[in-house]
Formats: sequence, structure tokens, C-alpha cells
Amino acid sequence: MSDERKIRILVAKPGLDGHDRGAKVIAAAFRDAGFEVIYTGLHQTPEMIVAAAVQEDVDVVAMSILSGAHMTLFPRVRALLLDAGVDHVLLTGGGIIPEDDAKALEAQGVGRLFGPGTSTADAIAYVREWFASRPAV
Amino acid sequence: MSTIEKDVAGPQLAELVRRREEELAELRARLAAWEAACDESPERDHPFSTVSGREVRALYTPLDRLGAPSYEDAIGFPGEFPFTRGPYATMYRTRLWTMRQFAGFATAEETNARYKYLLEHGQTGLSVAFDFPTLMGYDSDHPRSLGEVGVCGVAISSLADMETLFDGIPLDQVSVSMTINGPAVILFCFYVVAAEKQGFRSEILRGTVQNDILKEYQAQHAWIFPPEPALRCIEDMFAWCSGNAPKYNPISISGYHIREAGATAAQELAFTLRNGLEYVERGIARGLEVDAFAPRLSFFFDVHNDFFEEIAKLRAARRIWARALRERFGARNPESWRLRTHAQTAGVSLTAQQPENNIVRVAYQAMAAALGGTQSLHTNSMDETLALPTEKAVRIALRTQQVLAYESGVANTIDPLAGSYYVESLTDDLEREALELFQEIDALGGVVPAIEQGWFQKEIAASAMRQQIEVESGDRVVVGVNHFTEGSGDIEIDTLRIDPSVEQRQRQRMADVRARRDDAEVARTLDALAEACTGDDNVVPRILDCARAYCTLYEIRHAMEGVFGSYKEPVFF
Repeated sequence: MSDERKIRILVAKPGLDGHDRGAKVIAAAFRDAGFEVIYTGLHQTPEMIVAAAVQEDVDVVAMSILSGAHMTLFPRVRALLLDAGVDHVLLTGGGIIPEDDAKALEAQGVGRLFGPGTSTADAIAYVREWFASRPAV
Repeated sequence: MSTIEKDVAGPQLAELVRRREEELAELRARLAAWEAACDESPERDHPFSTVSGREVRALYTPLDRLGAPSYEDAIGFPGEFPFTRGPYATMYRTRLWTMRQFAGFATAEETNARYKYLLEHGQTGLSVAFDFPTLMGYDSDHPRSLGEVGVCGVAISSLADMETLFDGIPLDQVSVSMTINGPAVILFCFYVVAAEKQGFRSEILRGTVQNDILKEYQAQHAWIFPPEPALRCIEDMFAWCSGNAPKYNPISISGYHIREAGATAAQELAFTLRNGLEYVERGIARGLEVDAFAPRLSFFFDVHNDFFEEIAKLRAARRIWARALRERFGARNPESWRLRTHAQTAGVSLTAQQPENNIVRVAYQAMAAALGGTQSLHTNSMDETLALPTEKAVRIALRTQQVLAYESGVANTIDPLAGSYYVESLTDDLEREALELFQEIDALGGVVPAIEQGWFQKEIAASAMRQQIEVESGDRVVVGVNHFTEGSGDIEIDTLRIDPSVEQRQRQRMADVRARRDDAEVARTLDALAEACTGDDNVVPRILDCARAYCTLYEIRHAMEGVFGSYKEPVFF
């Protein structure tokens, strides 16, 4: 792994939800696992998140949503990423997201979404696997 | 000087001391012998520590409290200084805790129906959960509200919504708690005017508005203005309520969110009480008499998994508060010394895996809250890690409190764990740790400078990370998550879905309000408010005028923000 470049991940808190315990734990766990982590801070609009993703040239956008607004925010961020010509970035995340909603979002091109009780190791392994098998850009 | 010392002459006293020393020596010897015998039975491979990481010994004895102050000084009687045994003399013998379930979703109409349902099922108070746009001061038709209207609470964008929320619920009889902070003063004014429209004067209103902005910067993050103007609004509310709403609690100083964000029990206790002391200092600096507002300060604590630690935390909280108010601030009125609290079981302890197990977790936590002497209680519903709770899940949560209150017997006698060597030791330890943390905060320059330095936020995040590592390593057992996981994959309970038409209906309600009102009056009241914000006038009467004119939440926020500015958080992880 040492010859590979670090994976760059944007940990984002979209919408008005202030619950950042999970986002901060995830950001710290990815950093400790050797990732390059950028954390947006709270109350970000989809536009702000996409602008940060472009500017920071990240590989992964991971959004934490506990407010129930996931069915609006994930598709919106995905659409804005595509509008910005960013189609090689993994959009993933976690929070209070019912299984049916997670499936519906996956069908729209969003990556895996992690629910309560997820171990950070599982999330890290998922992103590593995605990165290893992603199409060349 | 104790009665014994006064009554006993020199030689007799020496004899008493000698006998006491003999007894202690005997006790120490017995303890050592018992410990030696225990070596033959090796302990299980298990971390004997609380969920906060506090080491717990196998046994506690009178030897653990040898240096402690006397019963009279440290424990005393319920309803008497220092209130360790409870804020009221007769506690649940006179009146059980208020069973107050936090509820709110969709529009004011749907939530109004849920409130009536809860009241019909024996709930004795109401507690309003607002949606995120409302918590942040945005109207339902503001672009930033997209996708969040009515989703995890009720959408209240003007007086009109507040009137609908309490339609048919007499506000002279039901006490209402509102969880709102950044725009608390605005929602409070909507509430006062809604009661006014029902024909009730503010003087008779009972209830609470959370209004604790310090813990928002520290943990919960629903802020609008920077600390100084936000604190000024809180002082305005203290002043206005002490003259106009003497039965209303203008603040609920909250540890709940600090704990849920990751803090330990000791951090929750210390940060919450230190915030409380900050509000007292601010009120006094504002020129208020401490006894004019301190009696209406109320509290809100989390009740987490560790049964005894949580009980001790509530007992320690009352003792620390009573001493600080009497000794540090010179409060003379015992009402100022008396810490009254709401409690809620720990949302963060609920698991998405095997959610029915949460009923059991909540029941134990609720029992700790009752044994800790809470004045009101919310019990979480089993499905809250999945979505907002269904009616069935809420009913079970409420029934849990009723079984506790009427069947378990814990409400029969007051503070039954007093005198337990373990519980009293824990109470002393938590008190000492909280006082040490007070010193750390003071060394940083006080609460606001520590917030600006991100100190609270970093301390809380570090504790959260430590707990996550414990759970992931399997050291901290979470049933159904990292142990006993068979069947954890199948979730077989119904969850509540918010109808997507809510946002559209709420936008229509907003359009109706805007069409109906007198625009000149809206402009006039908003201008008057901005002027009050610029100067020193109390903002409450001006916001009441805005509410009466049906100015919306965001319009009022915007007028204030023009003067006060907005808060920018220090970002880190």
C-alpha cells in the first residue's frame, strides 16, 4: 500500500442537522487509517459540498445525515457532482437511513450507506475496496 | 461542632476516639481478609468500569467515605440543603414525576392530534420537538429548508402554526416544554401570544423553553447568533419572565446533548452545571437579583446505561448547584438552591440491531432516573434509531414509565439508595471531578472563551472516539451489536414515514399567512425589533409585537441577524 497515493475523502454534514458525533468519529477513524480527510463542518448546502469536493479534488464524498433529509440531499449532491463533471467520485455516507431508502438511493447511483452500529473498520474497508477496483480515470 | 463533641468531656471523648479507631482497624483487617479470600476466585475477563470508563471496585464499605463530610452536611434531608436526597421534601409521595414524551412531526395539525392522543393515554405534560428548519430559524418555504420540513419534528414558522399546534389544548392547564435554542426567544413569543389568543395571560403559564445556547455551541449545534448577542437575548428572557411569567422556566440547562455527543457522565455533569453558573453570572451582571431569577432555572440530564453512576450524577448535581448558589452567589431564597430537572433516557444507547431490546434498556434507564429523583421524564421509543417513533412504540415507552411508577415500588420511599457505600462514594467522586473540571474551564478564561477555543468540542469528541474504540474492540459489550448478534439482521418492526406532501402543505399554509396579514404592521414591528437589538431595550416585548403581526420565524431571525451577525463554528475533528 505504501507506494499508492493516499485516498482523499470529504466528510460532509449537509442540511441543518447538527449531530456531528458520527461525522467526527468517521473523520478521525479515516485519518488514523491513513486517508487524507477534509471535514466540511456543519450546515452545508449541497452546493457548498460539491464546491469543496471539486476544489479539494477528492476521491470520496461521505455524507452524514441523521435528520431524515437523505432522500432529498443525496440525489441533490449526486446531481450537482455530475453537473460539475465529477463522475469518478464515490458518494457514500451514513446516518439514520432506513434500509428501503438506502436501496432506492443505491439504485440512483449512490454508494453504500451505513446505519447505526456500523464499525468504522467496515466503512474503511468498503472505501478501500471501492478505490482498488474503481475504473481508471 | 457536632452534638457529640459538645456533650462529651475530655476523657470520655478520648475513649470514644480510641474505640472508633479500634473499630476501623478491625474493619480494615476484615476487608483485607475478605480480599485475600477473593483471590481464590479469579474474576471474569470483563472490564469492571462504567460506560464512562470509571473503574469500579468489587466492594465498597464505610472505609470509602471516612473523610467525607457528615450526613447533615453532605446528604441531609429531601427538600433541604444541599438537596442530595431530592429537591422536594415529599418527592413522589406527593406527586410522581411528570411523564413527558417529546413529540413533534409533520405539520402543526398532525402533531396536535398526537398531543391529544398522548394526553388521552395519561401523559401529564407536553414536550415539543421542532423540525430542523424551525430549530435553525428558517421558515418552511425557505430554500435551506428543502427536504427537512416536518421530518424530524414539527414545522412552526409563525404564530399561526403555534395556534394550530395547541388548538383545543388549554394552555392554562397543560405545562409545555419546548426544545428550541437558537431562535428560542422567538418561539417563546409565539407561544405566549398563542396562549393570549386562548384568553390566558402570561402570568399563569407553566412550562419550559430550553433556551440553552451554550450547550449548542458545545454539542448540539443549532445556533444562529454569536455568543454575546445570544446570551443577551437569554438575559432579556430572564428579566421579562421574572416580571411577566413567574411560573415559567425561561431556560432548561441541558446536559442531555453534551452526553449524547459523546461526553462522559462527569463531563456532562461539569459542563452543564458550569453553563448554569455562567447564566447566573450573566443575570447578575445584567443587574438582576439572583433570587429573582435563579428559582426558575431548570435542568435537563441524560440517563445513560450505567445504573448507579447515573443515579449518583443526579444526586451530585443537586448538591453542587445548591452549594454554588448559596456560597458563591449568596442566594438567600432556598428556591434558588433547589435544582429541578427533566431527564431523558439515552438515545445514543439505543441500537438499530434487535430494536425490541431497547425497551429493556429504556426501562433500566428510566428506573435510574426515578431513583435519581427526576421531576419529569421522557422514555425513548424502541424504534428511534430507525425513524421517528410509531404510536405503538411511543405507547410502550409511556407504559414503561407507568409500570415503573405504579408497579415497581421505587416511588414509595425517597432516595432509597442514600447511605449505600457505593452510591455515596460515586456521588462524592462525581462531585469532585466536576469541581476539577470547573477549574479547567476557568483556567481557559471561562465558558465562552473555552467554546471559542473549541475546548468543549474537542473534549467531547475525544470521549466519543474512546467509546467507539471500546465498542469496536468488543471490550464494551453492546447486546445485539458486538455480542449476541444472532438475529440482528432482521428488523421486524414498523417505522413511521413522513408523508412527502407535508412540505407542500406547509408551504401553502405559509402563503395563506402571508396573504392574510397586514404588511405595514409586519414592517413596523420588524423595524422596532431591529432598533431594540441595536440598543439596550428588552427584545421580548418587540418580538411579541412581531408575533402578533404574524411576522414569520425567518423574518424575525433576519431582523435580529442584521444587527447581531451569525455564529461561525471552529471546524476541526
